[in-house]
Order: sequence, then structure tokens, then C-alpha cells
Amino acid sequence: MTAPVGSTARTLEVRVWRGKEAGRYQSFEVPRQESQTILDVVTYIQRELDHTLAYRYACRVGMCGSCAMTINGKARWTCRTHVTSVGDRLEIAPLANLPVVKDLVTDMAPFFDKWARAKGHFHATQTRRDGFAAVRPDSPQRLQIDAAIECIGCGVCYSSCDVVHWLPEFLGPAALNRAWTLVNDVRDGARVERLAAVAGDAGCHACHTQMTCTERCPKRLQPTAAIAGLKRASLVVALAGAL
Amino acid sequence: MKVRTQVLLWGAQRYTAMVLVFCVVVHLITIVYATRYGLTAAQILDRTQGNLGWAAFYALFVAAVAVHAAIGMRAILSELLDWRGAALDALLVCGAVGLTLWGWRAVWGVFA
Repeated sequence: MTAPVGSTARTLEVRVWRGKEAGRYQSFEVPRQESQTILDVVTYIQRELDHTLAYRYACRVGMCGSCAMTINGKARWTCRTHVTSVGDRLEIAPLANLPVVKDLVTDMAPFFDKWARAKGHFHATQTRRDGFAAVRPDSPQRLQIDAAIECIGCGVCYSSCDVVHWLPEFLGPAALNRAWTLVNDVRDGARVERLAAVAGDAGCHACHTQMTCTERCPKRLQPTAAIAGLKRASLVVALAGAL
Repeated sequence: MKVRTQVLLWGAQRYTAMVLVFCVVVHLITIVYATRYGLTAAQILDRTQGNLGWAAFYALFVAAVAVHAAIGMRAILSELLDWRGAALDALLVCGAVGLTLWGWRAVWGVFA
């Protein structure tokens, strides 16, 4: 619901999730400012109306991804979401698909555990004595990496994914996207092991390309493209009998 | 089920999908043709009986459907009912074999 241009409402009706997985929405009335983000609204509530509200933020300028929450049903960065783009009535909840620590704070451990399970880390094959690896910036694989490397692990994609909701063991878009950048890294020494880790029922093959992750990624990444690439790469390795 | 098997099942799903695109288009054309020109059952049988081309086409169609549907239902049932494991896989193999035999029986019915 978008506020009409030149809305004259002086206050916002804000419902904020309180509690853990079991809890309730608490209503607040927040003064409307001319230029106001959802993070401004949550901060106002915590500082002026209810000190017991728990929430996370850090940079407040759209760089760190810490402030991601569910706003009127959609996972977004609260510091980068203007109230005018949502409306006068706000419903603010913690990110979906993650355990709730308190109120708007989620436990990100499962998200990063899956990152590790997808082998989202680099395996070196050379030492400092071997000289620099020559990777052309315009090589096809490096271009694939460039398109996917800017992920800062904010959890918006993971929180938006229906398959994560249906299949708790599904690795999720972020972990798979990161694995894709490493699969394309010609210096990496664990390509086949990584493909084995990300393939199958709990991996890239569970993705139905619903594209909510790509639609909502604040860094405009395309996890669905990365997952499609992983599907292709893993099939080639499986057919070769190497998986 | 081993990861390699899961990946190959996904590959089979993709490849049977390509076969099915072709088969479904041909099948739709034949249906529209048969209804447009008011073919009777006898007239249709006249064209299919003893025709190896049609028999081969529909036999391929049946096989592709059996493989594609079974793999697809595996994903759907696991998401819908939280059901995974050997029992589900065994049920779906039976389903695929059943669909194949039942379908080929129908193809034989219009070929013989």
C-alpha cells in the first residue's frame, strides 16, 4: 500500500513484532517526518516509546545489511526503505525462515552454517612462493564471479525463499550464490567437492526458480542465475562419474 | 539416495521435459486435427493400426511421461508432505513402471 503523493497524515500506525516465534504485534503511533526510513521509525520507538524493543542495525547507510527485517510482508533493508515507499500503516517483523532471538532480532547462525555446508570458502592450491595467479578480468568465469561476488550476507534472499520455508535443509540462495563464485574461481582446489556439497535434494536442485531472491536482493544480485549455473556444472561432473 | 543419483534424476527431468515439449505439440496438433475434421474412432484406428511411426511416437511419449512425472512427484510430495526416503522412492518407481506398462498397453491397443 503506497501513501498518496503529499500525504497529510501526521502520524504513522506501526505494528511491531514482540516476543520470539510465539508473540504478538504491539501497536505504536510514530510522528511522521518528511524524509523517514523504517529504521528511523524503529529507532524512534525504541528510544522514545519502548526501551525494551530489540532490533539490529549498524551502518544505517545501506552498506552492511544488518538492519534487514520483514516490512509489510517483504524482507528489506530498513535503512534503505523510505516510509513513503510502503505507506502510513507499517507492520514490522523479524526476517522469516530464521529463529527469533527477541522481537526483531533473528539468529543468523543457521544462515551461516549453511554457507559453510555449501563449502563457501576458498581452498588454496598455491603458496606465496608460486607467484601471482593470472586471472583475466574479462574471462568468462571471472565475469560470472563479478556478477555474484558482492553478497554481504544480509539474509534478505534466504528470508524470501519459499523453498527454504518448505525444506528446512535447503542450503538457500545466498550459500549457493557464494558457492558459485568459488566454482568459477580457477585458483580454487575444491571444485568437485564443492559441487558435491551443493548438489542434490538439499542443494541447488531443490530450487524452483521462483525468483523472489533475485527480485528482493538489495545488491541486485541474481542467486537464481548462480543456482542455474550450479545445476549445469554439477550435471556435467555427475555424467563424468566424478561426483 | 546418493547425490550423484539425485543430480542424474534432475538431468533426466530436464531431458524428458524437452522430449515432452515436442510430444505435446504433436499430440495437440493431432487432437485439433481429429476434432476439426470430425474423425470417427474407426477412422482414427484406420490410421494408427499397423503404423509403426505412430506407435513409436506414442510409446516414446508414454515413457517420457512416466519418467518426468515420477521425478516431479518426488519433489512435490517431499515439499507438500515432508516425506523423504526409500519408501517414497520405491512408491514412485512402482508408479513409473505402472504408468509405462499401462500406457504402452494403450499404445498397443491402437496399433494392433
